[in-house]
Amino acid sequence: MKKDRIAVAMSGGVDSSVAAALLKNQGHDIFGLMLRLWSEPGQDNKGQNRCCSPASVSRARQVAAILDIPFFVIDSRKEFHQNVVQFFIDKYSAGVTPNPCLECNRNIRWGHLMHKALSMGATRIATGHYARIIQNKDKWQLLRGCDNSKDQSYALSMLGQSDLRRTLFPIGSYTKNKIRSLANDFDLPVAQRQDSQDLCFLADKDYRRFMHDYAPESLNPGPIMNTSGETLGQHKGLPLYTIGQRKGIGVSAPEPLYVLSKNQSNNTLIVDKIDKLGKSHLKAKKVNWISGTSTEHKIRAKVQIRYTAKAVGAWIKPIDDNEVEVEFDHQINDITPGQAAVFYQDSVCLGGGIID
Amino acid sequence: MDKQIYMDHAATTPVDPEVLEAMLPLFTNEYGNPSSIHRWGQRADYAITTAREEIAEVLRCEADEIIFTSCGSESDNLALRGIALEARELGKGNHLIVSAIEHPAILRTAQQLQNHHGFDITILPVDQHGLTSPRDLKTVIQPDTFLVSIMYANNEIGVVQPISDLAAITHEHNILFHSDAVQAAGQLPLDVETLGVDLMSVSAHKFYGPKGVGLLYAKRDTLTHSQQTGGSQENGLRAGTQNVPLIVGMATALKIVVARQQNDNSKMKTLRDRLIKAVLETISDSILTGHRTCRLPNNASFAFEGIDGNELIMHLDLLNVAASSGSACKTGNPEPSNVLTALALSPKLSLGSLRLSLGRDTNDSDIEYLQQVLPKVINNMRGTP
Repeated sequence: MKKDRIAVAMSGGVDSSVAAALLKNQGHDIFGLMLRLWSEPGQDNKGQNRCCSPASVSRARQVAAILDIPFFVIDSRKEFHQNVVQFFIDKYSAGVTPNPCLECNRNIRWGHLMHKALSMGATRIATGHYARIIQNKDKWQLLRGCDNSKDQSYALSMLGQSDLRRTLFPIGSYTKNKIRSLANDFDLPVAQRQDSQDLCFLADKDYRRFMHDYAPESLNPGPIMNTSGETLGQHKGLPLYTIGQRKGIGVSAPEPLYVLSKNQSNNTLIVDKIDKLGKSHLKAKKVNWISGTSTEHKIRAKVQIRYTAKAVGAWIKPIDDNEVEVEFDHQINDITPGQAAVFYQDSVCLGGGIID
Repeated sequence: MDKQIYMDHAATTPVDPEVLEAMLPLFTNEYGNPSSIHRWGQRADYAITTAREEIAEVLRCEADEIIFTSCGSESDNLALRGIALEARELGKGNHLIVSAIEHPAILRTAQQLQNHHGFDITILPVDQHGLTSPRDLKTVIQPDTFLVSIMYANNEIGVVQPISDLAAITHEHNILFHSDAVQAAGQLPLDVETLGVDLMSVSAHKFYGPKGVGLLYAKRDTLTHSQQTGGSQENGLRAGTQNVPLIVGMATALKIVVARQQNDNSKMKTLRDRLIKAVLETISDSILTGHRTCRLPNNASFAFEGIDGNELIMHLDLLNVAASSGSACKTGNPEPSNVLTALALSPKLSLGSLRLSLGRDTNDSDIEYLQQVLPKVINNMRGTP
């Protein structure tokens, strides 16, 4: 019988390189795929997406040569631009703070790349994410990676059963340090490389400059008000501000002011002192339940509102199949519309939704 | 280990073991610099002089008409720039002609001469089979044309041009004729007298020699300007210490390939024709690109409708077959090459090109395997059972 074939998403970085090496060592029939993604032309990145610069391509190809596996670059620039970059522009223009990594995972990695991998005879894909997948009876579960500081399950919370059963996360049970030392053991020339970057398609790290260049029509000046309705100044366009932001608001006040919310309907930026920032509930839409079935009753979970935030105890109340209300045990800062709220029970990721 | 089938000999060939053996002592024991006065230098100089004479015998030219370079591209660059510089200096003209299916080493060099140095270029079109016509050439020659460069055999589609006819017309107008023979060398006669070329580029790794060495034949007194300046090696036409082992490797490889040529060619032709027949019969909406008979013996190139050539190469790699595509590039940028564009194929076809190039060790079972897997892969990719 023919062994099943696995496509490994390779970036030239240490994580995906070690993922490939581990699978190869276990005797799997593997090949490497790398996505060529859209990137803003010019400036300091020379028109290269930071995730897939020529240097990364040649590094990944070098790793593939060491492992003696086929390796191909898939041109996903068009798909990436449509699904991730345009999404990013649209969401910022609409006044929320999008998470392009989730969208990339949904549409590009578990979309375009998965599709290509299957068409090339693979039965599964593997990536270098810090997360784990286990089969529990007839269900596939997504678990946090064992290295807490590197866990990437947040950005994978939109995966479903059909994704998980076709996916491997070979490095999910290791710590980053262990991965670095494994890279050394495997003689892979990758150990000093930086982690992949989010907002990989920007020429610099400045999304505000990007919005000026690519969606100037979305930047309409308007009033800055506090919660009592007093006008404090003028903002330069709502997309340029993020919930919780303190610096660069452009209003001087005796006590530091924070961005509390953005009122898109009257183009108003609401700011106030830190004690007004906290909230104890949120509504999430486009909810994905990894198990494939939503909960009927309210459940206890820990909810994480940003990639780097700590998960906080909460009740999750279903509104319908796609919407939930989250009631936190205590107030938390920086609940940001457009970011994902991701639900956990212990290390099991139940899924998540987009904060409304 | 599964069977591995290398069908990409037009990209490069393995070094013949006999060639390797001839080179090895020159890395370690006979390491002298041919320009040195002492006996170490003398022995190294002897090695490259012998190599030059051996090559001259194959090309039927004088030994001092051969300039060793680092590759075919360098030879092309040297020919075009060297001749252009001289034409400029002596007021011999300002216009050069290249064919539409030249290698980028010619095309981009010509474009640079046009864009940055004020030369005029005319790109001579080809017909649907990739052939240039001597009659067309006649019509584009101008009073100030100083050089015509047309490749002997094309790297992608294997079409072989009527070089001696083209050269004859060029010479009627007192114009120099260069031919990029990189892909032809090893399979076609290189006799410069019969071909009528004034300059000709060759690269060793296409005929079982090492990579990193090539040559430019330049008829005496045609080329006077070097590109790489420095020492007076290679008659002052290419500065830099000669790469003695690689030059000897190139000469050895050329001798071997010429001795075997008739046998190898007829064997490859038989296999190639069987492959072409099978592909065209079993795969719908497929065409042979290039000319049916004016064709390198080892080249089988196709275009398949509705196929991404880049992806086809990946599928074949996963089936342990090395091939290439004029629509492919390893960093993933699917655009048809200038060659496929020049053939005026429909866009649906030009993105689906495949080049299978045989070698001297390609055998029946390799061809059989391809006959089996290629239709399956294409059908799979097209989503038809």
